[in-house]
Amino acid sequence: MSAPIVIVGSGLAGYTVARELRKRDSSTPLVMLTEDDGAFYSKPLLSNALAKGKSADALVSADCDSMAAQLNMRILPFSRVVSIEPARHQLVCEGQRLDYRALVLAVGAEATTLAIPGIDLPGVLSVNALTDYRPFREQLEVAKRVLIMGAGLIGCEFANDLLAAGKQVELVDPLATPLAALVPERAGQALATALTQAGAHFHLGRWVASLAPSEGRLQASLSDGQATLVDLVLSAVGLRPRTGLARAAGLRCGRGICTDAQLATSAPDIYALGDCAEVQGLWQPYVMPLMSAARALAATLTGQPTARSYPPMPVIVKTPACSMVALPPPAVAGEWHWQGTGVDLQGEFRDPQGSLRGFVLSGVQVAQRQALLKALQYSDNNEQHSALA
Amino acid sequence: MKKWQCVVCGIIYDEAQGWPQDGIAPGTAWEDVPSDWMCPDCGVGKDEFDMVELS
Repeated sequence: MSAPIVIVGSGLAGYTVARELRKRDSSTPLVMLTEDDGAFYSKPLLSNALAKGKSADALVSADCDSMAAQLNMRILPFSRVVSIEPARHQLVCEGQRLDYRALVLAVGAEATTLAIPGIDLPGVLSVNALTDYRPFREQLEVAKRVLIMGAGLIGCEFANDLLAAGKQVELVDPLATPLAALVPERAGQALATALTQAGAHFHLGRWVASLAPSEGRLQASLSDGQATLVDLVLSAVGLRPRTGLARAAGLRCGRGICTDAQLATSAPDIYALGDCAEVQGLWQPYVMPLMSAARALAATLTGQPTARSYPPMPVIVKTPACSMVALPPPAVAGEWHWQGTGVDLQGEFRDPQGSLRGFVLSGVQVAQRQALLKALQYSDNNEQHSALA
Repeated sequence: MKKWQCVVCGIIYDEAQGWPQDGIAPGTAWEDVPSDWMCPDCGVGKDEFDMVELS
């Protein structure tokens, strides 16, 4: 009997590869190993489930057994992979050895935590999986005031969701505007304005210096000397790809597990995708790159070596107070051109030749998304044509 | 009339309801939804929707 394709990780990346594989091949033996219960849930909804009135359990669309049946796959829940032995095409999982024909690492990322006093206190949480989300929701039941460390994509989405659920929200970020890693200042400012109008209290250009228990609540001391009392602290300061297993097996890693365009790592028959992977030097922990990677990988694993395609992949910021869609431009010369007023902005990043290379849309302007994507693809095509000419 | 569900976030497109916010009239069959329509909740494309049985 030939060895199975083994997928490590049951998040969106792992399950999407399995689903895409099964569209192409219904019988190749598939095994999935996961540290959690193996339930399939909607990751993007973690940060807007409150406003939608969904409980943690309501985010689960199928449990481990039904996924196993649906995908004709063996799933081993609560199974931790201890090590990989690339030369033997084997992995070690809590005492047993498992042969693989191909190995897919879809182990995700973990929330970064700041090394500040009090970060380990109860009531200080980060959420990057459904297993983190359950305790968060339980503690939220009795919380009135929540401090969010980090005003990036996740911090802002949670802020909006908490405000919509009637919580008081304090947002702390060392940068001058929210979403600074994704959008230019002007768009970040629009989001800050909208969230402030919705009731959020921003502490920008500041950070949390320490946390301490205080009369059943948490006192956060900020870098500017201010202190604020809150019931819950959500740390959303960033993600770090899980590379430990891959590094220990000698796979080349940078920020994430390094792969080529076909998602192949430096070891034969081992692939990586999703939040753990650095594909051709790019780490893109978003849904769209993951789906495109999963499709390419499924083709490769079923005998049609396929490179991941790079269509323009806009990032959607789920902040109903001020919806936002961003397609950050590549690192090329150019400048932003703005239209619109208030929180309804359309920013276009154009290179010196006038070609559209990226954009950001906020408020009512998000309706322009399709038009801009088309304009972008059009200028991409033109560029390829002129390169060929 | 059929229903289609986003495999990523679970949102349902109901042909009977259409998606008027995006200019898709009630009664629009799935095959007539523009190919560049995206999931309003998580932003994935039309390819990411599977048909679900009417309950």
